[in-house]
Amino acid sequence: MTKKSFWGRLTESGLLLPIVSLLLVMAVNIVFDIVSGNNPFNFFMITLQHTTSNGNVLYGRIIDVLNRGSEAAILAIGMTLVVSSSAGTDISVGSVMSLCASFCCMLLAGYGVSSTSTLAVPLIVGVLGGILMGALCGTFNGTLVAYFGIQPMVATLILYSAARAIGLLLCNDLIVYVRNGSFAFFGSFLGPIPTPIIITVICIVIMTLLLRKSALGMYIQSVGINPRASRISGLNSKRIIFITYIICGLFAGIAGIVASSRITSADSNNIGLYLEMDAILAVALGGNSLGGGRFNLAGSIIGAYTIQAITTTLYALGVSTTQAPVFKAVIVILIVAMQSEPVKAYMKKRRLAKAAREGGAV
Amino acid sequence: MEENVVLTARGITMTFPGVKALEDVDFTLRRGEIHALMGENGAGKSTLIKCLTGINDFEAGEIHIAGIDGPVKNHSTRDAQNVGISTVYQEVNLCPNLSVAENLFIGREPMTAFHTIDRKSYNKRSQKIMDDLGISVDVTQNLENYSLAIQQMVAIARAVDMDCKVLILDEPTSSLDDEEVEKLFVLMRRLRDQGVGIIFVTHFLEQVYAVCDRITVLRDGHFVGEYPIAELPRVKLVAAMMGKNLDDLEEIGKEHENTAEDKLEISAKGLSHTGTVKPFDLDIHKGEVVGVAGLLGSGRSELARAIYGADKANTGSLEVDGKSVKINQPIDAMNLGMGMLPDDRKAEGIIQDLSVRENMILALQAKQGMFKPLSRAKQEELVDEYIKVLQVKTASKETLVKQLSGGNQQKVILGRWLITQPDFLILDEPTRGIDVGTKAEIQKLILKLAGEGKSILFISSEISEMLRTCSRMAIMRDGEKVNELDHDLTQESVMKAIAGGEQNND
Amino acid sequence: MKKRSSLNGHTILLFITIGLFIVLYAGGCIAYGSKGFTHLQTFLNILITNAGLICVACGLTVVMLTAGIDISVGALIAMDCMMLAVGMRSGIGAVPMMLLVLLVGIAFGAFQGFMIGYLGIQPFIVTMAGMFFCRGMTAVICTDQVSITKEINETFYNLANMKINIPFGGYTNKKGMYMVPYIRVTVVVALLVLVIVYLMLRYTKFGRSLYAVGGNAQSAAMMGLNVKSIRMRAHMLCSVLASIGGICYCLNTMAGSVSQALGLEMDAISSAVIGGTLLTGGVGNVFGSFFGVLINGTISSIVKTNGKLASSWPNILTAILLFVFIVIQSIFAAVRNRRK
Repeated sequence: MTKKSFWGRLTESGLLLPIVSLLLVMAVNIVFDIVSGNNPFNFFMITLQHTTSNGNVLYGRIIDVLNRGSEAAILAIGMTLVVSSSAGTDISVGSVMSLCASFCCMLLAGYGVSSTSTLAVPLIVGVLGGILMGALCGTFNGTLVAYFGIQPMVATLILYSAARAIGLLLCNDLIVYVRNGSFAFFGSFLGPIPTPIIITVICIVIMTLLLRKSALGMYIQSVGINPRASRISGLNSKRIIFITYIICGLFAGIAGIVASSRITSADSNNIGLYLEMDAILAVALGGNSLGGGRFNLAGSIIGAYTIQAITTTLYALGVSTTQAPVFKAVIVILIVAMQSEPVKAYMKKRRLAKAAREGGAV
Repeated sequence: MEENVVLTARGITMTFPGVKALEDVDFTLRRGEIHALMGENGAGKSTLIKCLTGINDFEAGEIHIAGIDGPVKNHSTRDAQNVGISTVYQEVNLCPNLSVAENLFIGREPMTAFHTIDRKSYNKRSQKIMDDLGISVDVTQNLENYSLAIQQMVAIARAVDMDCKVLILDEPTSSLDDEEVEKLFVLMRRLRDQGVGIIFVTHFLEQVYAVCDRITVLRDGHFVGEYPIAELPRVKLVAAMMGKNLDDLEEIGKEHENTAEDKLEISAKGLSHTGTVKPFDLDIHKGEVVGVAGLLGSGRSELARAIYGADKANTGSLEVDGKSVKINQPIDAMNLGMGMLPDDRKAEGIIQDLSVRENMILALQAKQGMFKPLSRAKQEELVDEYIKVLQVKTASKETLVKQLSGGNQQKVILGRWLITQPDFLILDEPTRGIDVGTKAEIQKLILKLAGEGKSILFISSEISEMLRTCSRMAIMRDGEKVNELDHDLTQESVMKAIAGGEQNND
Repeated sequence: MKKRSSLNGHTILLFITIGLFIVLYAGGCIAYGSKGFTHLQTFLNILITNAGLICVACGLTVVMLTAGIDISVGALIAMDCMMLAVGMRSGIGAVPMMLLVLLVGIAFGAFQGFMIGYLGIQPFIVTMAGMFFCRGMTAVICTDQVSITKEINETFYNLANMKINIPFGGYTNKKGMYMVPYIRVTVVVALLVLVIVYLMLRYTKFGRSLYAVGGNAQSAAMMGLNVKSIRMRAHMLCSVLASIGGICYCLNTMAGSVSQALGLEMDAISSAVIGGTLLTGGVGNVFGSFFGVLINGTISSIVKTNGKLASSWPNILTAILLFVFIVIQSIFAAVRNRRK
């Protein structure tokens, strides 16, 4: 075997795609700032700003990316596992987020109350309730996928279309406001740092520990790569797929609480809207094959922040919120086209031709 | 070209990267004959078929077809159909959700004046085709409403109606029951009498002798011979396929002592799996190496799978170490101290994208459970040990297993099981597709394990290596355990037992 | 040779769907007869409201037959509406704009179909990107809501407001006026689309090859069908039908806005599934999907007529139906596999 170049090693680690994408986005920012006469490193500038409600807090474009990208990053963790184990995507996570937010706010405000500043139940009950609701949704999806053998996209379609409506029903068709500082904490600041960033870090650490300290990671990849061989080697493929969906639901619950806390309300129709797409895109951008198998959690998380960086950059460039999806679409198409078999085969053929080797693909 | 010949292939040679799949193979098919194409795994049967049907691109040789001047070279199954070669596979290549008539006519439907499909006309024509072939079906019904045998016959009818001169039947009987097979034979004979040349690929010896007129045998990509059926008794056929000439069979002496103890490790009574293996009894003692001999598809792998729970047994009972046990899935068997190296390394053995280390500790980890992970240090220690014991050639422990050669991949899976310290190990074709040196190593290892008191079930298509290692052999034929040999184990006695028929009444 | 019962699982599913519609509608009539549910116009209103959805559901049935999916249709409709509104506001005629919308549909479908058929990328991912693209482009064309008024384009306005009277089934309202039941042009278009797609699926080579590809793509290829091209054309057809649906939708709403037709793709998919189209491909029928749309429409209509039920009930009921039908489908599939 020949010695691998740095490039070769980067390609193999699977982090090439997300890192290059992130660097590209940063480069665009630098160019933009130079062109518009600002400090070229505006994107990376972090300053302390004083706010009336939270005192001195960190401020800057990169903080904004980390903060706003929290929900997508949290979702991407669960989505990575689901994609790896079942070669399919959970398209319900955005709606499940919304349901969890609604359930949490309903618990905190009491059924039928549209606005409250005092909590009906202790904060922890509401938050845990919301997260457990996510796990419940994950259980539902996981049962359908693992034990009924329904295609993941189809199985999760059910909650995709129902979860928001159930949330609205739980809230008695109202937008429930929980105007209480303790609830708002999850979406605001801990000291100078935005709380969502801290929550995301905690989620990542917990997941990393779980993957390091148990055999779950190897089980998931093994089942995703070769379910038959995994079975012969003693793994229960169905149960493992089931577990990944529960984990995915749990994280959707956490993301829902964060999103809801930011706006101190449960806006069923808007919380988590299109976030499932961001999470799937993050997984793809992270260099993970949507066909399942080996996964790279770090890649997915970098992918999630890259998407947020793209969004933030577009806003900075004056593109409106509603127009930004065009760029996401172009990126998705480019990524999947590069990953597709015919294009790969073509590239390989060209590489082989370049190396002036005879034979080609036989 | 001979007058009656419809297809001749001369000197067909084809290589896959690193392997010569076919070398200078000849094949001749005459009008109105059923011609069996026989050979063991890797003999080149399917490669030859694929060369005829245009799926494989052969490098040298020529194919001639009656009525066409010059050599024919097909580039797709469509090309092949156009020159009159049609193929029907074991997996029916039709659409179950369409009607029988549509399956007969899709892609070539009769059209009405309005450029729409003329359903009436093709329903009528289809009914006539099926009636003519003596197959009683309602052609307007969806194909999925009929049994596999009927579906196969519809596939054949489609091929025949497309003016095929050469009909290739690639293991069409594998999933049919006896009655259905008989019906298929009636149809095959009818077509033969109409002048179609039929190439019949099967691994059921009984069926070859029931329906075929001529046999061509391939072995290791080489042409062994073409024989009229009457001139090739079963034993000679088996010998031709397995590569020993009966006349100069050497007696291969046992290189080992019998290490079997009196205590039973495994005792199976009436175990079966519907559709693959009929009820069988099998006892295996501690420290014993038991071989399972039989042709491909004889149920030799399925017997092992039923014990291990890879295919859950439908009937019968199993005792392990004297205790009655129930095995629902592989992990149950593993917890009883079993391990299985499956015959299809790629589909059921390796986890391609995991590293050598992960592949080797997978089974032990699965036994321990998810929340008791082996420490990295422990993993490395075990993996290092078995890489050394098995002499696995790999760049590092973290190399992806798919980057290893076939023999080393096999050693990795062997290591996976040895790490679990099994009492009973099933080895299904552990030496297939690996070099001679490694083969010898694996055989030695088997004897060493037996010496340590482990029991081993050894399945192989090479009788000689089983003779070298096994003290007892179970003989499988057509999904049934037909015999058990424990003394006088010779190439000849085993082959006779495998061939069955007139040599061996059962 | 045994022949299994001719009433196979798929036919049963279709009958369940039709029966469910009848039960639902009859239930509505009994419960809300006093609120005018029994009038023919109530049924016609369901058709009028869902004319666009019927076209889209036909399109989705076509791609689902090939085991594909298209989630871009809702966004495509939003883009169509915006194109129509902005185009006509800038003075282009109604007919050229409608033709342009159809052309965009063809081009868009061709691109998606190419990615799916020839590059072999999962339909869900490709059409997800398509969805992003169309939503974004809608905003690129114009971020505001644009209404189509009589002043902007009279032809379009008249087309939208044209009533086609039905000569029977009228009733006298409380003021003593005889109300003639009517439908809109969009209903005629939708029903035409329905019949044409039905005939195409049943009587053309392309139609049958869709079933073959969905039934077993490998076999279809073995039997000489060009699977890649068939997949691509199925997705093109879906986008074109969605564009026709978009025009119908625009005639109903007379406006273009970024948030139009949100989630419409899921309504169409659930209609098709409830109508007996298998998500795994090969089985389905546009009439089933039509009844699926009617069931969804009836549920909304009942909830609306009731007036007290929470607005989220239609979504939940549809999802429950979807769940039930998906589980039934998977059970049928499991039974079929066991028989083999």
